[in-house]
Amino acid sequence: MHAPGSTAISAQEAAFRDLRRQRRATTLVGVAVLAVLLAAAAWMSEFHPASVVAGFPRIGEYLSKVLPSLEWANLLAGPETEGSLAFWFYRLDAWLLLLFETAQMAAIATLMGAAVAMLLAFPAAKTLGAPNWVFQLTRRLLEATRTVPEIVFALIFVWAFGVGALAGILAIALHTTGALGKLFADAMENVELRPWDGVRASGGTWFEACRFAVLPAALPDLLSYAMLRFEVNLRSASVIGFVGAGGIGEELYKVISFNYYEEISAIILLIIFAVMLIDMTSERLRRRVIEVVT
Amino acid sequence: MLEIEGLSRRFGAKAAVDRVSLRIPAGQMVGVIGRSGAGKSTLLRLVNRLAEPSEGQIRFEGRDVTALRGRALRDWRTECAMIFQQFNLVQRLDVLTNVLIGRLNHRHGFLARLGSLLCQFSPEERAMALAALDRFDLLPTALQRSDTLSGGQQQRVAICRALMQQPRLILADEPIASLDPRNARTVMDALAQVNRDGITVLVNLHHLDTAREYCGRVVAMQQGRVVFDGAPSELSPARITQIYGITEAEFQAEAALAVKASPAFDMPRQTALA
Repeated sequence: MHAPGSTAISAQEAAFRDLRRQRRATTLVGVAVLAVLLAAAAWMSEFHPASVVAGFPRIGEYLSKVLPSLEWANLLAGPETEGSLAFWFYRLDAWLLLLFETAQMAAIATLMGAAVAMLLAFPAAKTLGAPNWVFQLTRRLLEATRTVPEIVFALIFVWAFGVGALAGILAIALHTTGALGKLFADAMENVELRPWDGVRASGGTWFEACRFAVLPAALPDLLSYAMLRFEVNLRSASVIGFVGAGGIGEELYKVISFNYYEEISAIILLIIFAVMLIDMTSERLRRRVIEVVT
Repeated sequence: MLEIEGLSRRFGAKAAVDRVSLRIPAGQMVGVIGRSGAGKSTLLRLVNRLAEPSEGQIRFEGRDVTALRGRALRDWRTECAMIFQQFNLVQRLDVLTNVLIGRLNHRHGFLARLGSLLCQFSPEERAMALAALDRFDLLPTALQRSDTLSGGQQQRVAICRALMQQPRLILADEPIASLDPRNARTVMDALAQVNRDGITVLVNLHHLDTAREYCGRVVAMQQGRVVFDGAPSELSPARITQIYGITEAEFQAEAALAVKASPAFDMPRQTALA
């Protein structure tokens, strides 16, 4: 039996199909345009498939050179025996010290950057209602500091303060301020604003509302962003050594330029282990902050 | 004496509060009733200046409140404490610190302000906060995080925070709308107790029986305007029907529904990033 409802139903079904057909067409056109643009971009940036194919085996070649030639029988032998772990990591003590120095650089820079970022994030969070010119100023300042790569800051600071860790720390701290400030401000914008009304309604200042209504709620996010940044900064601190800003980077630069192949892999492995360590610590720290009273 | 004169607040073409005039002598407990969207909340927020009036004036003890800015505005807000439907406590802070927030504007001078930002309160202030908590049987919860408390307890913590301001006036915006009947009673009792201390209480309610039981005066609002102002005994079911065009039972059911539509609690935000 065909009630009046069934014609309405089939009309809706037809409308649904129409809509889906339209969406498919839009998607197809979009994908086609994207493909053309990608091809143009690849062509302009000389991303030629032929050179990729030609170069690919050479990556493997480099990797096989970098990888150590370990021998099962001599694996645990002393540093004098070729093919042992100790031979591979023959400068482990010096590297660990340099890596430790690099980690210190990263830690201090992260801490400094995060502290400044936190202060700037409150006015940079739209929902907290700082005066518009302050909001614009802090947002733009954060953009400027995070757009300039650390390595550029490092070159400037090496010129100003001389070769050494100080230049590296300042460079990373400055970049961290910009990168974290934006993330912090976004995290603060997501905080629910009822406590904000509570503090403001009882006569608290803007600063007090930031401290009591926003900071406690945003803190777990801020902490995990900062810890993530610490990982990134450990890597940055390693690379920044290339321009004379101290740490394991100088050593890495040396072994790469002198083609000490096996030592490259050894140092990179050490850096990876350090990052893993930070990741595991940060997870624990975050859990504790979420549970604890602030 | 709180005097409201020709107070309006417009959002675009719509007037949330429309030329409201009220005189509230010190020490009264006034219930403001009305259907959802009648402008009760906006009225209270205007008095506390969390919202800015489009026109009209608010005077307290002869002082023009609508013109205040900066420090004077904060002092006024301290004088008229606000209680919210969702308590508006800082969930991740302990109860004691939440209560001490009511004390922030009593700390004068740069060093004291800096101290507040570092959560440094004096033993006297802590004693005052603990005494307030003790008064409402909340002393054992002082060091707990406020999100571990029941709704009724949280609202009473909010009342403690309000009392720490040493206010002359308390504005309560649907203080019991998110609570079960038993907790609602403890919170209303607390407000009545505070009123007996001489603090004027202005409370938004959707439950007419509560207004009749606790308030010496009832103000009914409809579409931003005051449509009834008098003793609760005059507010008979027949009068309600005359004002709102629906029976009291319908009024109650509609108000309850409107309150439930706004979620009582935000889910705790645990996972936040990718």
